[in-house]
Amino acid sequence: MNHIKELLYKMADDLLIIGHRNSEWTGLGPILEEDIAFSSMAQDKIGQSQAIFQLLHELGEQEPDTVAFTRNANQFHNAVFTELPNGDYAFSTMRHFLYDVADQLRFEMLANSSYEPLAKVSRKVKGELKYHVFHANTWITKLGAATEESHARMQTALNECWNYALGMFEASEFEQQLISEKIFEGEAELKQRWLGAISPILTKATLTIPDESTWQPHTGGRKGIHTEHLQPLLDEMSEVFKIDPTAEW
Amino acid sequence: MYGNAYIDPNEKPKSIIDGEDPIKLAEFEARIARGEKIEPKDWMPREYRKQLIRMIEQHAHSEIIGALPEGTWITRAPGFKRKLALMAKVQDEVGHAQLLYSAAETLGKSREAMINDLITGKSKYSNVFNYPAFTWADACVIAWLIDAGAIINQVANAKGSYGPYCRALDRICTEESFHLKYGHDNVVTLATGTPTQRKMVQEALNRWWPPIMHFFGPSDKISNHTEILMRWKVKMATNDDMRQQFLNMYVPKIWDLGLTVPDANLKKNEETGKWEYTEPDWDEFKRVINGDGPCNAERLAVRRNAEERGRWVREALNTAQSKYVVPLA
Repeated sequence: MNHIKELLYKMADDLLIIGHRNSEWTGLGPILEEDIAFSSMAQDKIGQSQAIFQLLHELGEQEPDTVAFTRNANQFHNAVFTELPNGDYAFSTMRHFLYDVADQLRFEMLANSSYEPLAKVSRKVKGELKYHVFHANTWITKLGAATEESHARMQTALNECWNYALGMFEASEFEQQLISEKIFEGEAELKQRWLGAISPILTKATLTIPDESTWQPHTGGRKGIHTEHLQPLLDEMSEVFKIDPTAEW
Repeated sequence: MYGNAYIDPNEKPKSIIDGEDPIKLAEFEARIARGEKIEPKDWMPREYRKQLIRMIEQHAHSEIIGALPEGTWITRAPGFKRKLALMAKVQDEVGHAQLLYSAAETLGKSREAMINDLITGKSKYSNVFNYPAFTWADACVIAWLIDAGAIINQVANAKGSYGPYCRALDRICTEESFHLKYGHDNVVTLATGTPTQRKMVQEALNRWWPPIMHFFGPSDKISNHTEILMRWKVKMATNDDMRQQFLNMYVPKIWDLGLTVPDANLKKNEETGKWEYTEPDWDEFKRVINGDGPCNAERLAVRRNAEERGRWVREALNTAQSKYVVPLA
């Protein structure tokens, strides 16, 4: 069961942390419509993470609230990419694109997982993610090729995101078991499909993927090794909950 | 969520209908008296347009500024249920701003011009958002009682005469009624919770009571001005009437929860049916609305910063092919 739990933890943590970051745009977006869009995506992602924590709970882990709101950074398995601060709108939008395309492909794969509870959740989630990817593609294409400034900002964001994005595909110690039991087709396969999916959009946006010789995936997140940005995020997230974790809020 | 539009009491009423065509004005007033709605392309007095723009614009600004004190609690909301609900609530408020800016645009002022007037301090927004939300319980009290006040105001205004504003308000009120349930559920949870939680919510209520009493604005002077705006169904109820309605609906509910309202003089006079209370400090109200509240500078700075940081995105959208379109009402 450990292999399934590990898979579920990293997905749930990714969604919780990226959802939290998306929600930080509330009230601060470049246009009202984007405030609203990032808030919608945040709600979907937090809801999706709750659904996966619920699967973990059914496998004997603690309640979703307890798991999400009381662990420390070194107990989180999210990719480091998701915990980085929002930066400017270019960084947030680029991360949204690179992350959501990967997540959509991940959930499409998992919709056929031999682990039926996850397959069932994945079939629902991939329907929601379709809109996140549609939103991301629209903005990447638009901003990549609009003005000199927007192009420069988006290219800089892509360069800054790249190695962190590659870190999303950090292999699990259970990789072979997950593949052989047909639970998940594996991070290496996912990464290939992801590269195939993002390339045409980035080309359309006149943006260039950094040269392969510079690729150095920023891994560690899956094993609980995080940047200095995660613990403050978690402290903030759990500030009220920890006043009394046994109380009903 | 929003209180009443702030109308400057020093504004001279004499000019309000000066120079208007008396026949058109009479027709316009007759339509309103018959309960008809005025639509964007219809004839309307200059002052009607001006007051509506001011009112809808202030309302829209209040929605986006109001998202700031509550928004700071999204990242700290305790547990999945509260986090998801608060995100959805604040998102609704931003959506209300979008609806309202569109309604105001039908009267001839662009969203950009309105936001510019907000961040340069030229136009107002509801005074309550110049106070800080210190704890989670403050965010809960705001969601319950400020939204409750807003509903009273907005249900009244939804019966006004300008079609696009009324239609926006109908939808807003539907959403606000969920906010009210959300806020009430939060306050009930705290008020019936642990001693720490009960203390938190009582302290938040103590902090928010004066802004809540200020929320509907000072007593209206019965002036020519107010009378015409009420005849035109721009202003639908007096500030005092709305405050009374609020007290009547919510003070008993607050007491039911075992909470104390921090006003020893608050009681209902059974003979008159009116609530009596300590007169709020209107000097403070004026100070805050004119820019000197605990959070005015911070709120506008956050908004200005967001506008500044988003400029390149708006410029990227604004290509040679794009043209300005007034939204459909």
